[in-house]
Amino acid sequence: MNPISNRQAIVKSEDPQLVQKAIADGSKTEVPVLNGDPKLKVSSLNFYYGSNQALYEINLEIPARKTTAFIGPSGCGKSTFLRTFNRMNETLRHTRMEGEVLLDGENILAMEVSQLRLRVGMVFQKSNPFPKSIFDNVAYGPKVNGTTRRSDLQNVVETSLKRAALWDEVKDQLHQSALELSGGQQQRLCIARAMAVNPEVLLLDEPCSALDPIATAKIEELLFQIRDSCTLVIVTHNMQQAARVADFTGFFLLGKMIEYDTTKTIFERPKVQATEDYITGRFG
Amino acid sequence: MLSATGVCTLLSIVVLFFILGFLLIQGGKFLSWNFFTKLPAPVGETGGGMANAIVGSGKILLLATCIGVPIGFLAGVYLAEYGNAAFSSAIRFVTDLLNGVPSIVMGIFVYTLIVLKTKHFSAFAGGVALGIMMIPIALRSTEEFLRAVPLSLREGAMALGAAKWKSIVTVIIPAAISGIISGMMLNLARVAGETAPLMFTALSNQFWSPGWNQPTASLPLMIYTYAMGPYPDWHRQALAAGFILLAMVFIVNITARFIVASGMSQKSRL
Repeated sequence: MNPISNRQAIVKSEDPQLVQKAIADGSKTEVPVLNGDPKLKVSSLNFYYGSNQALYEINLEIPARKTTAFIGPSGCGKSTFLRTFNRMNETLRHTRMEGEVLLDGENILAMEVSQLRLRVGMVFQKSNPFPKSIFDNVAYGPKVNGTTRRSDLQNVVETSLKRAALWDEVKDQLHQSALELSGGQQQRLCIARAMAVNPEVLLLDEPCSALDPIATAKIEELLFQIRDSCTLVIVTHNMQQAARVADFTGFFLLGKMIEYDTTKTIFERPKVQATEDYITGRFG
Repeated sequence: MLSATGVCTLLSIVVLFFILGFLLIQGGKFLSWNFFTKLPAPVGETGGGMANAIVGSGKILLLATCIGVPIGFLAGVYLAEYGNAAFSSAIRFVTDLLNGVPSIVMGIFVYTLIVLKTKHFSAFAGGVALGIMMIPIALRSTEEFLRAVPLSLREGAMALGAAKWKSIVTVIIPAAISGIISGMMLNLARVAGETAPLMFTALSNQFWSPGWNQPTASLPLMIYTYAMGPYPDWHRQALAAGFILLAMVFIVNITARFIVASGMSQKSRL
């Protein structure tokens, strides 16, 4: 089940010839045709950290209420790409973005950033509960966005924790510190916190990379439950995870999107040699 | 090497224990209820207390806190959260210089600024002098504890649609508050013992000094005056006052450490 183990990396991702070939092959593949309008549409996206270019000419459409995964070796730009959707990269100095990202046809750069982040939520690689109570963590988003009535907040907290499958475990300790929860519970709390503002899109940046298999399974199960109401975009190192949860998968290499297709196609009949090499564990 | 370092370690704590023991034995035995409630006795009489100096120190330190803490805190927030790197390091350098200004120079500065203008010594001038002395450390401790708040918490707040100032007020400052408060308390404990700036500003007083515009007694200055005096009873009073001042500083220090420790144990579970 694990294609990475016991295989020698015969191709390094730094190999320029491989990348050139992968890009040449990738340009021949077709972006899958979606039914209906895309939730997110990315056109000729380039991204720079200072003078270093991190993303090159990315074009793709992310369908609504589906799960889309991005895979690729470390440092390939998939997290940077994910963070363009809620303009989180703007919090870093000396970064620059070119190109266009549309949310429901509307340019995200033209939107007020806090409004955008209400519609596009995010869960991070390392769980980051605030040093506050469980209740205050989940209520944080609604609170800073203007919900003040206690009963409203209580409803939101209960609903969100139920959606994140955490309610039964924490309902008797809502006012205890969130930092007392286990790692897996903390990550589900962060998902509940993100869900509390009812985002249309939820970005997940390697949400399970610090968790054990049981906690990972719980999170994946949770993703299955919320996928009908929310467009999920997940970045993962774990290819089995992409195969399990995603409808569509994109493969990144050195800042370029090599191939993007249905998950089934990517894993069973990839069109580009580099995708196949990565998936079968020949480099990574 | 081991013996050299060990001896020096021992020496450094021996000094503390010597001072502590001396004040406890010599000063503690002269403590009485009168010390806290009575005014200083007239020259020639024994007994009396330092109630006015205790209250005066409290007033001066309160004013110093009201000046030094808000300015240092807000400037620290600016440096940690908003300032660009070059500007912040320039400010940091300047505040380090301010911190290094001898306290007597600070006294003369406030003397020129306030005492000469108002034509009298006052608790107000004393509070301003100590308040200015508190700013650099208030600023640096605020900045350092805010910088220690992990980036992940800032991103978490902003990803929920919180504007930057809101994430600072609702997440970042609360996460750092135990450290900031303890930094402020240590800062207060440090200026509580300052004598030189008060000589030029609050001066002293043998009587009660209501309001903020009169020369005001304070514990450090009383210790200075009484310890230099020619009467054995004054020396005893000075020792008792030294004991009280040291005890106050100790209590503040220990409380600050407790606050930090409780904050740390919360964070270690992150």
